[in-house]
Amino acid sequence: MRFAALAAIPLAASRVAHAQSTTDSVDAMVAKVTGGAPLKTGRVKLELPQLADNSNSVSLKVSVESPMTSTDYVKSIHLYAGKNPRPNIANFYLGPRAGRAQIATRIRLAATQRVLAVAALSDGSFYSGAADVAVTGAACYDGS
Amino acid sequence: MEIRIAIQHPMETGFRRDATGHEIPKNVINAFSCRYNGVEVFRAEMGSGIAANPYLDFYTIADASGELIFDWTDDSGQTGSERASIVVSG
Amino acid sequence: MRKRIRCGLLLAIALTAGVAVSEAPQRPIPSGELRSGVDFTGPDARALQQDDFANPGVFWVELGERLWRQPAGSSGKSCESCHGDARTSMKGVATRYPLLDRGTGRLLNLEGRIMQCTEQRQRAPPLAYESEALLALTTYVRHQSRGMPVSVTIDSQARSYFEKGRALYYQRMGQMNLSCANCHQENWGRNLGPETISQGHGSDYPVYRLEWQTLGSLQRRFRSCFSGVRAEMLPYGAPEYLDLELYLAWRGNGLPIETPGVRR
Repeated sequence: MRFAALAAIPLAASRVAHAQSTTDSVDAMVAKVTGGAPLKTGRVKLELPQLADNSNSVSLKVSVESPMTSTDYVKSIHLYAGKNPRPNIANFYLGPRAGRAQIATRIRLAATQRVLAVAALSDGSFYSGAADVAVTGAACYDGS
Repeated sequence: MEIRIAIQHPMETGFRRDATGHEIPKNVINAFSCRYNGVEVFRAEMGSGIAANPYLDFYTIADASGELIFDWTDDSGQTGSERASIVVSG
Repeated sequence: MRKRIRCGLLLAIALTAGVAVSEAPQRPIPSGELRSGVDFTGPDARALQQDDFANPGVFWVELGERLWRQPAGSSGKSCESCHGDARTSMKGVATRYPLLDRGTGRLLNLEGRIMQCTEQRQRAPPLAYESEALLALTTYVRHQSRGMPVSVTIDSQARSYFEKGRALYYQRMGQMNLSCANCHQENWGRNLGPETISQGHGSDYPVYRLEWQTLGSLQRRFRSCFSGVRAEMLPYGAPEYLDLELYLAWRGNGLPIETPGVRR
């Protein structure tokens, strides 16, 4: 599927959380998602390269082990990069109709850091997975 | 069924400056949705942390023939929309 | 007597090989060792280039296809009006560029040919380097030669441009006092910071460069490199850059065109 820009509609505010670039703020953002419920590890697999080709575009794949039935499914997946100026990268909302809780995209990373994925399951539990990515500057200055 | 989406959009972060030193205003696709025969099956909230010319790959269960409608909106209010027909046999 | 016959045989072989006659310079990287930039770029960028859907450069191929069919200028003609279906008419065309324009005797790269056509034949406003339109048309036309080997010829008339291009390639420049050859001839395959130095071929251009977050031309890449060694960048369309394009194409003759490429 490819898209083209079309006519404008009323402004929609971004609902991705913004904050200062600290990992403390990630904890606060995650707490808002979990509502204080414990964040368990496991079931969430976050795949990122160990060394980014370029900080502007890093391929990411996140998958959550879940039967994805109408009674046991992944509600949402939230991505965080604590050292980015806006740590909450994206939030994805699924449901039983997804069939598979797996999403791939390309992200920007401001520095070498740990990327965190938090999954909210239909039974009210929360799971997280993380991956460390080394990010460097380009080999040469580019003034073009 | 795997769905792949590629959108041409600069996802301007708001942190860049132009040649005269002025800040280029932030403008990113902040919302994307996929509706399958009218029912939303996937939704994404995105920010400047998503790379330029955003790419999305997600799944949905192909249970009936019909139509997939994809919509996106950016910070400036621009929208985009695309449709795809789907035929489910057997 | 035997020496003269041997020279005669060598000359005959050089003629049939189809490259520069008699004074054929030896190519710095032998054919068997030629490798496209895609082999040296990062794994993420390489995977993107090889994925016809996810390759962001494809947006410009699609735009180029639309522009190809769009009438432009006071002529009211589109590229298609004269050239028909690009998939047949443009197949193999990009492999011969840069070349000498028969009408003016000037060296032309593909951008130059497109600019000439749009301005003189379509009678449309001139297209600028790095404009979406010129990038799209260049990418679209080169894309029609995908998989075909670069095949520029250096005949006696093109020789002077070739020599200038080669001289520039070996010329140290900038605050860092580096020439193209220092990296791309003497150190290709070795690491420069986090990256691996390529052989410096332009066969996959225009490319979507992750650093630019957009698609750019080979001349933009030259400007990147010039600024990289802290030399003053030349303006787009500079004759020095055209000469360099010719030299680069010759240096990489035989490499398949894979436009649009993806690089970091």
